[in-house]
Amino acid sequence: MPGFTPFTAPAFVLDEDDVDTDIIFPARFLLHTERKGLGRFAFHDRPALLEAYEAADKPPVLLAGANFGCGSSREHAVWSLDGMGLTAVFAPSFGEIFRGNCANNGMVAGMMEPATLAALQALAKTGNDLSIDLAAQTVTCAGQEFAFTVPDSDREMLLAGWNNTTRILALHGQDITAFEKAQRSAAPWLWTEETEA
Amino acid sequence: MRDVMTSQSAPKTLYDRLWDAHTVVRGDAGKDLIYIDRHLLHEVSTPQSFELLRDNALTVRRPVTQLAVPDHAVPTSERGGAIKGELARKQVALLEANCAEFGIEYLALEGERQGIVHVISPEQGFTMPGISLVCGDSHTATHGAFGALAFGIGASECGTVMATQTLWQARNRNLRVHYAGQLQPHVTTKDMILALIGTIGAGGGIGHAIEFTGEAVRAASIEARMTLCNMGIEAGSRVALVAPDETTFAWLKGRPRAPQGAMWDQAVAWWRTLRSDDDAVFDRTVEIDAAAIAPQVTFGTSPDQVMAVDGTVPAGPARALDYMGLEAGKPIAGIGIDYAFIGSCTNSRIEDLRAAAGIIRGRHVAEGVTAMVVPGSTVTKHQAEAEGLDKVFEAAGFAWHHAGCSLCVAMNGDFVPEGKRSISTSNRNFEGRQGAGARTHLASPAMVAAAAIAGRIVDVRKEFA
Ligand code: SF4
Repeated sequence: MPGFTPFTAPAFVLDEDDVDTDIIFPARFLLHTERKGLGRFAFHDRPALLEAYEAADKPPVLLAGANFGCGSSREHAVWSLDGMGLTAVFAPSFGEIFRGNCANNGMVAGMMEPATLAALQALAKTGNDLSIDLAAQTVTCAGQEFAFTVPDSDREMLLAGWNNTTRILALHGQDITAFEKAQRSAAPWLWTEETEA
Repeated sequence: MRDVMTSQSAPKTLYDRLWDAHTVVRGDAGKDLIYIDRHLLHEVSTPQSFELLRDNALTVRRPVTQLAVPDHAVPTSERGGAIKGELARKQVALLEANCAEFGIEYLALEGERQGIVHVISPEQGFTMPGISLVCGDSHTATHGAFGALAFGIGASECGTVMATQTLWQARNRNLRVHYAGQLQPHVTTKDMILALIGTIGAGGGIGHAIEFTGEAVRAASIEARMTLCNMGIEAGSRVALVAPDETTFAWLKGRPRAPQGAMWDQAVAWWRTLRSDDDAVFDRTVEIDAAAIAPQVTFGTSPDQVMAVDGTVPAGPARALDYMGLEAGKPIAGIGIDYAFIGSCTNSRIEDLRAAAGIIRGRHVAEGVTAMVVPGSTVTKHQAEAEGLDKVFEAAGFAWHHAGCSLCVAMNGDFVPEGKRSISTSNRNFEGRQGAGARTHLASPAMVAAAAIAGRIVDVRKEFA
């Protein structure tokens, strides 16, 4: 995954709270087992929203309402947002599993104070571009700066473009082995099906 | 588990205790590397997880800590022979093939142990107190009913868990939800959790691990505690816990994968320490009077849009009322229903089926209502059949299905048609959750059974006293 680089682009406003992952990616499309090309299912049952997004020329930034991405753990929600052309979402709060899924897919999910977000939404609606700087955790729009937060560890990962899995193995393989050894003696009932290596 | 050795520490909550016992590395960027003891897999959230393994030439670190079962995509009206839907058939076949390739145990659709992940895992004793358990499914908090650190994760994280047996996770704050007093007859833990979500909101628990305490929780059976923890995510909390006690140990003893003999005694000794210290500090506490809870029913399209069945529909949100076809100010009781669904990982266990059967015995589903029961597991289905519950349901006009997620997620052939109104024991009343344009009211098994008989939403306490 390539690391994040600052960019400037217009934003789309979805001013509605509790937009859940069933709205973002309706469950009946979960039968698809790939992760590419899922953009065609994003907000499938919200045709008016999709029309407005198209009419706005598919901006890559979404300014959403509180608790965005609540509900199911389906990573398809993030893959489909990515597939429809989004690279960053800002909201007052996020469903937590969704937020973690964003970080694992190079999608910026930035938390903004409700008042900050409201001011930014007003500027975005009148066609102003947003400049997104993840390292500084700021959005600049119409000469004003708007603060957002991405958890430290997610930010590091997004900026560096790390692969979480291989990085854990490379940096902490020995820590994990040591933990397992200690657990095997403290809680042997969790290890009855494995013989000691 | 290290905790056993260090008794001289600051007071801890149950959540802190579980977290500390599973911390491999304390991170300096707000997250700790947490050891994962058990991982449940289903067909929908894992295809891309296995891709992650293949793309990076990784293997599964401890295959025996993984257990896979098809549940979301499987048809429930018939079983045996190939799955008719091509995409579903391929998805289930892919899970089986992936498990074979990576050495993970797969519980076949036709087997006795199949069912919804969150129902079969406790049934098998795969879920235990004190463990950390994850699944690519947001309702994984269900297992917190045993005092396990259990939470839902995304598909990428499923891959990480398989390869490393760990995850970087942010430690949550502690939220104590205390239910004083005892429930009225016909009021259940489903009503308790809905009442909480209505109180704190769908995002009210974000960043918090919930521990449920109080008389009504201690009095609850394990099945009822699972219902309670199951919907923590509907309040925004990934983790929901009940401290294990004698009820827990009695329920688990003798289950196929539970510890045995001396190991059992050793495990129980540790499990008894899994509680919040009396002087533990919670970041937040919510007190709810259990005796004052009326049967709950949702009126909107978010689980926090919920009300007592004897109340009137609130003034908004307009979008939700419009979608649901409801009018503000009118009583919710009396609203006619088209579908009644008893099932899902929230309410499909044997006690749920018994409660519903108790209501409908000797009665018949109202004309025009499609009613169905979908047991959470094949084990539950067979137990219910041994008790004659299937006959009770069928005599009343309910369809008796095979185990699976069914109408909870409507991606498996079961769905509510557009514009139709359903009352459901599941956990999400989102727009389109039970089918595009379907309207969903969440309620307890007793309330759903009562509505199926009456053909409208009714107060089970009054009509079936
Ligand atoms: S029953 Fe519903 S909520 Fe539970 S695992 Fe299945 S789809 Fe998810």
